[in-house]
Amino acid sequence: MGIIELKQVDKIYTGAVNTQVLFGIDLVFEEGSCNSIVGTSGSGKSTLLHIIGTLDRPTRGQVLINGQRTDSMDKNQLAELRNETIGFVFQFHHLLPEFTAMENVVIPYLIQKRRLTKEILKRVDELFEMLGISDVKHNPAMKMSGGQQQRTAIARALINNPKIILADEPTGNLDSETAERICKLFREIINRYQTTFIIVTHDYRVAEHTQRIVEIKDGRINTDKSE
Amino acid sequence: MLSFKMAIRFLVYGRTQTILIVIGIAVAISIQVFVGLLINSLQRTLVDRTIGNTSQITITSATDSSTIRSWQDTISDIEKMGIVRAISASASVNAFVQDENRSLPILVRGFNFAAADSILNISDAIYEGSIYRSRREVLVGKDLREELEVNLGDRLVVITPSGSTNTLTISGFYDLGVSSINKTWVITYLETVQKIFDLGDRVTSIEMKVDDVFQADVMANEIQQKLDNEDIKIENWKEQNQELLSGLEGQETSSTIIQVVIILSVIIAISSVLALSVLQKSREIGILKAMGIKDRAASLIFIYQGFLLGLVGSVAGVALGLGLIYAFINFTTSPDGAQLVDLYIGYDFILRSWLIALLASTLAGVIPARKSLTLNPIDVIKEV
Repeated sequence: MGIIELKQVDKIYTGAVNTQVLFGIDLVFEEGSCNSIVGTSGSGKSTLLHIIGTLDRPTRGQVLINGQRTDSMDKNQLAELRNETIGFVFQFHHLLPEFTAMENVVIPYLIQKRRLTKEILKRVDELFEMLGISDVKHNPAMKMSGGQQQRTAIARALINNPKIILADEPTGNLDSETAERICKLFREIINRYQTTFIIVTHDYRVAEHTQRIVEIKDGRINTDKSE
Repeated sequence: MLSFKMAIRFLVYGRTQTILIVIGIAVAISIQVFVGLLINSLQRTLVDRTIGNTSQITITSATDSSTIRSWQDTISDIEKMGIVRAISASASVNAFVQDENRSLPILVRGFNFAAADSILNISDAIYEGSIYRSRREVLVGKDLREELEVNLGDRLVVITPSGSTNTLTISGFYDLGVSSINKTWVITYLETVQKIFDLGDRVTSIEMKVDDVFQADVMANEIQQKLDNEDIKIENWKEQNQELLSGLEGQETSSTIIQVVIILSVIIAISSVLALSVLQKSREIGILKAMGIKDRAASLIFIYQGFLLGLVGSVAGVALGLGLIYAFINFTTSPDGAQLVDLYIGYDFILRSWLIALLASTLAGVIPARKSLTLNPIDVIKEV
């Protein structure tokens, strides 16, 4: 049993015209593994990631996280699951401009806890140190470079020590040098924290950093290769 | 806690918008406080000046003799109830004053001076001479004095309805501010009136003053029930001043309408600004939801924003409103420098206005809070 299991997942967007973007997806991701989902624009890879991350619900089929079925959970249970188990890194860092880098990082922690402990502040320092952004810790979110913002978003995804990190085109908005550095960071994070990683990307160079590459084409699994 | 922190940060980050809405709330609340206090002060000034120095509850006789027997017992019974501020018995009889070839109608009023003074405030109204010191002395009103062209120490020839003639000496002149009183009342000892008009130990009325004039009718009823005497009838100023009352009620209603409209506009203004803020902050709310914030906590951000805007705006508004009313009262004076309106600060009114403003602002946060519930993180994340 994997940490994430998808069973016969379909996704249909209803509207004037019904559009099916995922067709019977069966996938299992092992705990501590590093995976990528690749595909061209519109292939359904981002939708798949959103379904895995419980941000979106499948039209049919089941998603199991940690062996628990997510289709029977209500909005609050899903919110709790996301907060405790999943860390998100988006293409656009999505930091809150009203807060400093450090404040942004502790938000997922403060969603479940009332106050910051010494331990959590130590963890923040550790993360900033590892990500090489200690010197911009107190900068407002918008007063950092793109790379620094993305690293802050990664620190935010890691703060609650989640079992799963979902990254949607995390390097899509960065220059190739910074993107390369971010990829190396991901590997270091996997080694250090034993986190399950799923990266969605259209860039095969980024995917090559992972142990397993799942290729999605027209809403179906085209290839599924492991190292 | 996080929701509260978020609310503060969102407000501080959107500084200009926050300041504008706070000013908007403050101005609206200040007008509401100003109008409320002004109307209240006007009403109280009007009531004070109209009925402040008159009897507010009056007992008269329901018998043919028009006089009240054993009035001392009645006064003592009412005093025991402890609901009136001052009480005084009076013997008042219509008579004529002889002036050369003509006779003028007057009302000779006999009081126990100390008791009557606490109702009518006569001592302050005496502008020349002093109160009566002997049984044959009287006080005469300003208008009657001008009519008769008399001075201190002059004699007044009073003719009773039965035709007997009595000569009294003028010890002082008063001005109670009401022409009809100044023209007719001739004031003296209770015993003098009882003697001149053969009333024995009886009086014609018992007059009372209460602390809350607007409760006079309720108190009059209580007294009626307590005394349970068919020989007397009890009236209060409200029955005798229906027109004044309906005028006051009209003022009160218009004041309430203005205040309600102001509060409504505050609610609508805050709601619309916060609803706009949900749109502006939908990205942030979406991200927070993706990170696992629950709907309730996310919507609380907007309730807190409404509360905080209301808190700052209403405190500033109350302060501004008080400043306005002080300025208004001090600047509107009569030519001799006296204030036209006496200021009455109703602290319970201010507290109520403040609490309503705070509650209204917090409630105004409910609409955007509900709107935020429908916000789906996936829409925000996809959008960018």
